[in-house]
Amino acid sequence: MTKRNAHETTEPAIVRWLLIATALVFLALFLALPLAAVFSQAFEKGLGVYLETLKEPDTLSSIKLTLITAAVSVPLNLFFGVTAAWAIAKFSFPGKNLLITLIDLPFSVSPVISGLIFVLIFGLQGWLGPWLQSHDIKIVFAVPGIILATIFVTFPFVARELIPLMEAQGKEEEEAALVLGASGLQTFFLVTLPNIKWGLIYGVILCNARAMGEFGAVSVVSGHIRGMTNTVPLHVEILYNEYNNTAAFAVASLLAFLALITLVVKTIAEWKVRQQLEH
Amino acid sequence: MNIFKHQNNVLPGFGPTLGFTVFYLSLIVLIPLSALVFRTAGLTWGEFIATVTAPRVLASYKVTFGAAIIAATINAFFGVLVAWVLVRYRFPGRRIIDALVDLPFALPTAVAGITLATIYSANGWVGRFLEPHGIKIAFTPVGIVLAMTFIGLPFVVRTVQPVIEEIEVELEEAAVCLGANRWQTLQRVIFPMLLPSILTGFALAFARAVGEYGSIIFIAGNMPMVSEITPLLIITKLEQFDYQGATAIACVMLLTSFMMLLVINLLQKWSRRYAE
Amino acid sequence: MKIRAFITTMGAFALVVTTVITAFAADVTLLNVSYDPTRELYTDYNSAFANYWQKKTGDKVTIKQSHGGAGKQARAVIDGLEADVVTLALAYDIDAIADKGLIKTGWQKELPHNSSPYTSTIVFLVRKGNPKGIKNWNDLVKPGISVITPNPKTSGGARWNYLAAWAFALHHKGGNDAKAKEFVAKLFKNVPVLDSGARGSTNTFVQRGLGDVLLAWENEAFLAINELGPDKFDIVTPPESILAEPPVTVIDKVADKHGTRKVAEEYLKYLYTDEGQKIAAKHYYRPINPKIPTRLAKVKKLYTIDKDFGGWQKAQKTHFSDGGTFDQIYTPVK
Repeated sequence: MTKRNAHETTEPAIVRWLLIATALVFLALFLALPLAAVFSQAFEKGLGVYLETLKEPDTLSSIKLTLITAAVSVPLNLFFGVTAAWAIAKFSFPGKNLLITLIDLPFSVSPVISGLIFVLIFGLQGWLGPWLQSHDIKIVFAVPGIILATIFVTFPFVARELIPLMEAQGKEEEEAALVLGASGLQTFFLVTLPNIKWGLIYGVILCNARAMGEFGAVSVVSGHIRGMTNTVPLHVEILYNEYNNTAAFAVASLLAFLALITLVVKTIAEWKVRQQLEH
Repeated sequence: MNIFKHQNNVLPGFGPTLGFTVFYLSLIVLIPLSALVFRTAGLTWGEFIATVTAPRVLASYKVTFGAAIIAATINAFFGVLVAWVLVRYRFPGRRIIDALVDLPFALPTAVAGITLATIYSANGWVGRFLEPHGIKIAFTPVGIVLAMTFIGLPFVVRTVQPVIEEIEVELEEAAVCLGANRWQTLQRVIFPMLLPSILTGFALAFARAVGEYGSIIFIAGNMPMVSEITPLLIITKLEQFDYQGATAIACVMLLTSFMMLLVINLLQKWSRRYAE
Repeated sequence: MKIRAFITTMGAFALVVTTVITAFAADVTLLNVSYDPTRELYTDYNSAFANYWQKKTGDKVTIKQSHGGAGKQARAVIDGLEADVVTLALAYDIDAIADKGLIKTGWQKELPHNSSPYTSTIVFLVRKGNPKGIKNWNDLVKPGISVITPNPKTSGGARWNYLAAWAFALHHKGGNDAKAKEFVAKLFKNVPVLDSGARGSTNTFVQRGLGDVLLAWENEAFLAINELGPDKFDIVTPPESILAEPPVTVIDKVADKHGTRKVAEEYLKYLYTDEGQKIAAKHYYRPINPKIPTRLAKVKKLYTIDKDFGGWQKAQKTHFSDGGTFDQIYTPVK
């Protein structure tokens, strides 16, 4: 924004600072304090113990499993999110609200239930269980079950992030591009994508954070076999239950570092945008 | 698909995108959830009603849905504030705070619950200052609201934030040119634009809070009739190998959340029309 | 598009499945599905058994461990978690697995001593110096005493706590079922927080500083003292308590499928040897072999599930199923 009209399109300084202060107090109580608590307990016994904990083979294998899980579930939900948002935001059709609500549904399902439904289907007493067992295919209490539960839990993020944004933007720009002779995919990549980049970035970040941090649903389908089917959150629980507080919070702090990734991704994105504008 | 064809739209890709959406939705969400309904169908109608309206279950609905509405309202208010401050104002530490907003998702729910209990229990960092004044947070229903607010925090911020980022300053300038003061601009121009995303954020935060289990059990106290949440009762049923009872309660929760989400989504549609 | 995504998914799954299966094939691997408080015991015991087995047969055996709430673990095995052996808190949970046909009926007679190679009991963990003077179960119902116990509906350990209190009231002057219920109701009036699991309660008591007394498994109480502060807590062993028998068994269906029956059976039998018993004693379980020395205080009178409650099936139904005595305590009288 230019200097001339800055005073007309923003609030008086005192209001601004008041708002900033309120937001900061709220975030301090709800975010900074818990984060400080995690790190203070993680480093209670010093950096040496902290690093030692992270080098444990069980910790490493849980990190690996969490990364695999996120690497499979996030791209799938990203692809789904973009397609769903395109269909819902750019077109009108009957039952649209029902569809949006159905997409929201996994959020409202208790994590415990999100895990249980896959046990009900793939478990030994479930619909497909006996068949799977006779073919020696493991879904629940193995990695596929963990991935499935994670996909379910993180299902709505990208779609939900994009739908309100794309609806707010309308479709005039895309229509103009098509009239000018662009193909459908060109329109999407050159017109739509730059417009929705923030929503997309937030969606992926949230989806990824939740995929890595999910506990309840994964706990039901994991089987908790040490070194094999424990994700990072499950490993944290194990350490905590072993009265190994420091180690538990050390591993948990790894997930808090995810916030740093958010920071890096956003900074890069902002930098690129600025570069584009300059050229 | 014929009923869709008549719409006046030059954009391509409606068929494939909607097709894939419905396919993936069915595969990941609807078919698995139907297992829940089928399991419950093993109960007779009378048994079902008896299970889902037992006094303790009713009390738990009140606690769960009540706390979730309060938490989502807190989040809606502060979420918009935080999003606005982060996008519109410049102050030291802004980027770090922006990155921190996602923390409640990344932190495993159990860690969140334990940490909140550490801070807000009678011997905790904050709790010890509240305790002498007779304010108890951990192990009371207030603790439940606290945990629900924490886990739902990113929703409102992250749904409202991109919309604020995309608001064109020209709109505000136009309002100014037409003689609106700042407050009128906010009220008449900005707020209507944000309302759909605020409602989305509210709905998501609410939905998430209703289902939350991991963080709450560490801070709720879990006293029957007072601070016992519905997901805990589901677990209790499972512990007795009572799958049908568990799925019955889960179905009621699912249906209630679904209805509330549907109402909010319809409200959102209406709010968009109002904005235009 | 949908087909491609579908194929990618399936491909990813297939890849992962193969990895998991090959990981299993390398050695003789046993999976021991157990409950929460046995982590340390079995970590120790597994390496002892692996040594023993290698010396005896030359085979290398790797034992994988899985721990969690007893009920949840039993459900996982029922739903297909392929445990070769289970070592759970209650016979009730193993009965549930047997009900689904994964274990032969009469499993509890397969090994000596009701298939329980070690026993435990319920003790009180109190603040250092026992400031409230808690000695016995009737001290717990006094006004002003704050008692920490997990929820018996979700925690196997808490069921032992509950039944121990019940048995105490039943066997004291004028004891009958109504009196016992009244006693237990009074006790739970003194409970400010019901955690869902035993370790949750320990943390509430230790980390949050809540409560005057924690009802706990004996071995958990010792572990908590050792890990969290010998200078902060004392253990009070009440003169009367309940005999907890955590049973072990081979999951027949799974062991036969994996071809691990022999080593699985040996794994459990080894618990009964002097070596196994010593490890159990080291982790504050009570060895069943009286010759093995133990550091644990003697309890004068131990009530048992079978004699005093007519077995787990009956106890569960009367006390912990929906509408049982525990629910009655909390449900307002209409």
